[in-house]
Amino acid sequence: MIGGHEVHVDAEGFLTEYEEWDEDLAKQLAANIGLDLDDRHWDAIRFLRDDYEKQGETATLRRVTSIGGIPTKELFELFPKKPAKKMAYVAGLPKPAGCV
Amino acid sequence: MRNLLVLGGGTAGTMVVNTMRPLLPDDEWSITVVEPNQQHHYQPGFLFIPFGIYEPTEIRKPQSSVIRSGVDWVIGEVDRVIPEANTVLLQDGSRLDYDQLVIATGTTPRPDQTPGMDGPEWHRSVFDFYTLEGAIALREALASWDGGRLVVHITEMPIKCPVAPLEFVFLADSFFKDKGMRDRVELVYVTPLDGAFTKPIAAQRLGGMLEDRMISVETDYYIERVDNDRRMLVSYDEREVPFDLLVTVPLNMGADFVARSGLGDELNYVPVDPGTFLSKNWDNIFALGDAADLPTSKAGSVAHFSVEVFAENFLHHVEGEDLPMRFDGHANCFVESGNHKGMLIDFNYDTQPLPGKYPLPGIGPFSLLRETDMNHFGKMMFKWIYWNALLPGRPLPLPALMSMAGKEAPVAGAGVDGPDEF
Repeated sequence: MIGGHEVHVDAEGFLTEYEEWDEDLAKQLAANIGLDLDDRHWDAIRFLRDDYEKQGETATLRRVTSIGGIPTKELFELFPKKPAKKMAYVAGLPKPAGCV
Repeated sequence: MRNLLVLGGGTAGTMVVNTMRPLLPDDEWSITVVEPNQQHHYQPGFLFIPFGIYEPTEIRKPQSSVIRSGVDWVIGEVDRVIPEANTVLLQDGSRLDYDQLVIATGTTPRPDQTPGMDGPEWHRSVFDFYTLEGAIALREALASWDGGRLVVHITEMPIKCPVAPLEFVFLADSFFKDKGMRDRVELVYVTPLDGAFTKPIAAQRLGGMLEDRMISVETDYYIERVDNDRRMLVSYDEREVPFDLLVTVPLNMGADFVARSGLGDELNYVPVDPGTFLSKNWDNIFALGDAADLPTSKAGSVAHFSVEVFAENFLHHVEGEDLPMRFDGHANCFVESGNHKGMLIDFNYDTQPLPGKYPLPGIGPFSLLRETDMNHFGKMMFKWIYWNALLPGRPLPLPALMSMAGKEAPVAGAGVDGPDEF
């Protein structure tokens, strides 16, 4: 249960079902990690949601910058320290694959 | 006559042409490989050059000597692929038509992509070791270095051979101990990941090995630029890491022609079906080895196992049949840990590296996720295997797909980070 929503999450708290997310839940997820969402956060989150729907995987920071058009520097300001992970968490997407 | 055209004569491209030539009748198929370099490099050997363990002459051979007869070698640079016309244009203006195309042009370190990385300190106090020139320059620098702060740094994932930077720092620890100067060297490992490695159990073991060797780790580090005047890495969140000697792994990118041809993602890797290597957009274009966007390590072992699956599938594909085999992302990497020991990791898309024995369950002779003399021996033997079995396309007694036999299954939840780590 997150903020009155019943959702499926993995061991680290990332949502596992794309469809269980909505913007209301995102605000709750953001609050969990100490973020108060403004328009620029939403730009990043909506890009991640749309991109995941098309690509089937969570966008990397590079992709959010090069395709989504949000400078990396700003992503670090919006989602301090671990932007890739925090964005995915708030957007209700799997943890980025970190690669291998 | 049909033509199989392979772009790139590195590990994957050379294995493809050498494996396919005996399988495809000479009177039905021609096979052509496009590769600009006259020398073929044994890339796992780059790691050992800076420490004087290998000589450059040991790790290169003429490209002509590694390509099987019956394969045409075109020396040239690709300008672009025109998939609509089944044609490849070369930079000298010539064109090569194909029935089936394999893109195997790998991935390349690109120091030019990070501001200041290839600045005035490049190959003075800033080095790479993923090129022969870089490895040789670093060997010269290390030979006369009298100590200080050595920073080993990864720019961004994915990189070719993701364990190599760890191996480098383990070997450096060993190298300075042997020279009796370890107490004058501070070793720092800087990574964009949140731990020593990507997979949790291996990350724990490798993290412990860094700690044992008093190598400090800076995680979640996303570099913005190299400050040459102050000899400093600067991250996007303004963390500064000073160095006396920087050994960096620059951003890795696929070939620029992939982007020019409209075939790549944002890092110029070709999106493919991870089970078959077939392009998501063109049914006569494959990408093999590091050039593909596979969600597994960019490593020679992956290329090798991939080629076996590809070869089997290709014979069906060209007859218009369904592809019978699916690749599981199998990777198998020796990890040199210094002091003449090594580790071995074996994993795939779904299974992280686990402890155990390989390839024979309970027997080995290699040990998974443990440091042993035998694993080091295996790594050293591998150079011979590469030149004499792998590249010529001779079968190795190792299955292409990963096996759980011999592996110790983890207890539920082991090695999983808690949600509190934000």
